[in-house]
Amino acid sequence: MILAVLFFLATVSGVVVLATLLVDVAIQAAPWLDGQFLTSLPSRFPDRAGIRAAVLGSLWMMGLTALISVPLGVASAVYLEEYAQEGWLLRIIQVNIANLAGVPSVIYGILGLAIFVRFAALGSSLLAGAMTLSLLILPIIIISTQEALRGVPSGIREAAFAVGATRWQVVWGHVLPAAAPGILTGVILALSRAIGETAPLIMVGAAGLVAVPQSVMDPFTVLPIQIFNWTARPQDEFQGLAAAAIVVLMVLLLGMNLTAILLRNHFESKREGG
Amino acid sequence: METNKSSPKDASSVPRPAPAETGDGSGAPSRNAARDAAPADEAPEADVQPKVQIDDLHFWYGDTHALNGISMRVLPNRVTALIGPSGCGKSTLLRCINRMNELIQGTTLEGTIVVDGQDIYAPNTDPVMVRRRIGMVFQKPNPFPKTIYENVAWGATINGYTGDMDALVEHSLRQAALWDEVKDRLDANAYNLSGGQQQRLCIARALAVDPNVILMDEPASALDPIATSKVEETIADLKSDYTIVIVTHNMQQASRISDETAFLYMGTLVEMNRTDRLFTRPQNDRTEAYVTGRFG
Repeated sequence: MILAVLFFLATVSGVVVLATLLVDVAIQAAPWLDGQFLTSLPSRFPDRAGIRAAVLGSLWMMGLTALISVPLGVASAVYLEEYAQEGWLLRIIQVNIANLAGVPSVIYGILGLAIFVRFAALGSSLLAGAMTLSLLILPIIIISTQEALRGVPSGIREAAFAVGATRWQVVWGHVLPAAAPGILTGVILALSRAIGETAPLIMVGAAGLVAVPQSVMDPFTVLPIQIFNWTARPQDEFQGLAAAAIVVLMVLLLGMNLTAILLRNHFESKREGG
Repeated sequence: METNKSSPKDASSVPRPAPAETGDGSGAPSRNAARDAAPADEAPEADVQPKVQIDDLHFWYGDTHALNGISMRVLPNRVTALIGPSGCGKSTLLRCINRMNELIQGTTLEGTIVVDGQDIYAPNTDPVMVRRRIGMVFQKPNPFPKTIYENVAWGATINGYTGDMDALVEHSLRQAALWDEVKDRLDANAYNLSGGQQQRLCIARALAVDPNVILMDEPASALDPIATSKVEETIADLKSDYTIVIVTHNMQQASRISDETAFLYMGTLVEMNRTDRLFTRPQNDRTEAYVTGRFG
């Protein structure tokens, strides 16, 4: 009984802290959240400042990162689970991927700066940022896709092989569709991690005050960077702007997680049939 | 897909497509020729060309020697039962016949298996082509998580079948004695069927690829008695068109449905004979002990 109460308090404390934070941010943000804020470019005058560039930059960044990391990650996982032969090489790769998932994100930023910005001469561009974030979330996508592939009953694979399917036909026709809900969930969770990352993009050189990017080679800013820049300013008004940007980022994140849940439910109901 | 509810009516009497149409013109003798060669049960068995000839087959899972020098032949248009206690290697032997075992990593095989005159383990033999000719039904019903129609049609589709798919689906489901139960809901998910229906759907799925040989790994062990008898009836009906090898735990089932029975023990073939002889006059003491229920 006493233990139950203690565990309940532990649960509540976490929720209360989170709720307090959210309410505090929401109160600070309320006066600033309006149409002008959403549609304006950054400005040194708080009344005229907005997050248009940051929101569009974040969306660009998400799209590019997904475009790079999803095919690479899913293909790697399919290779590791369905094609690779057991052996020391496979084990080394597996251990490395698991370790990479735990590397601090700023390290990826340094890597991105050295390889994409300098060596590949992409500059501080959207593309360099997206490639850096792709590296960051690749291990997450690979691991969650592997989990999803492992969850596909082996009977389905055997049945497909037994009617004379090639390995690729088995994977494309049955294993990937059956694993799709799990893969999608993993991908969206990985992307929501990428959308909240600040450190690697600062390393790569995301700017604070830029126009809306027109191509993948343009300089960029994203929401977390914008929030970081505004909170670094001394004036109170910018604290309010930062809070408003946090609310927008939270809405984006919640929207992505909601999409993940809806997609998963959709695929699962389709799989089980009606 | 969209028209499959209406079309079967016009297609109800479409004959089974000739093997050549399935895109697998692999040079195997046609089923009719095989049937003519082995027309009746009273034919002396020594004269019949075996459908599957296994010679000195050894198989290892890692270091475990699962099959130890098995030699046997399977006659065309017969049901051959593999019996034996758990772990004796009967499922392993069955899965060697369509090269399913090599999908498991760390396995080794020695010896030869010749099907229709072709060594299926020869270096230039494509395992995919072997599996197209030798179908398989598994212990646990394992339909694809798709519609009933797609379950039957998928194998034919990937094999390049270009004929009337609706007719093929209907014909396969009729052969598996499932058509009347599902003809009004071909678009339903296969998971909505009962276990026995799922297993007959799996049989239909194997038949749709037009194999010569069908391997069955304890196909009725997960089913209730009524579903079991339906599956057994289906097997009896299929005998005239296919060669069937069936693994079973159930000796009554082996004696009911099979023409020949092989008794395996500890990875070796102890005895193989016509089913009635093996069960009534076993030559080996161990076979006798097993078929009379003294061990196993």
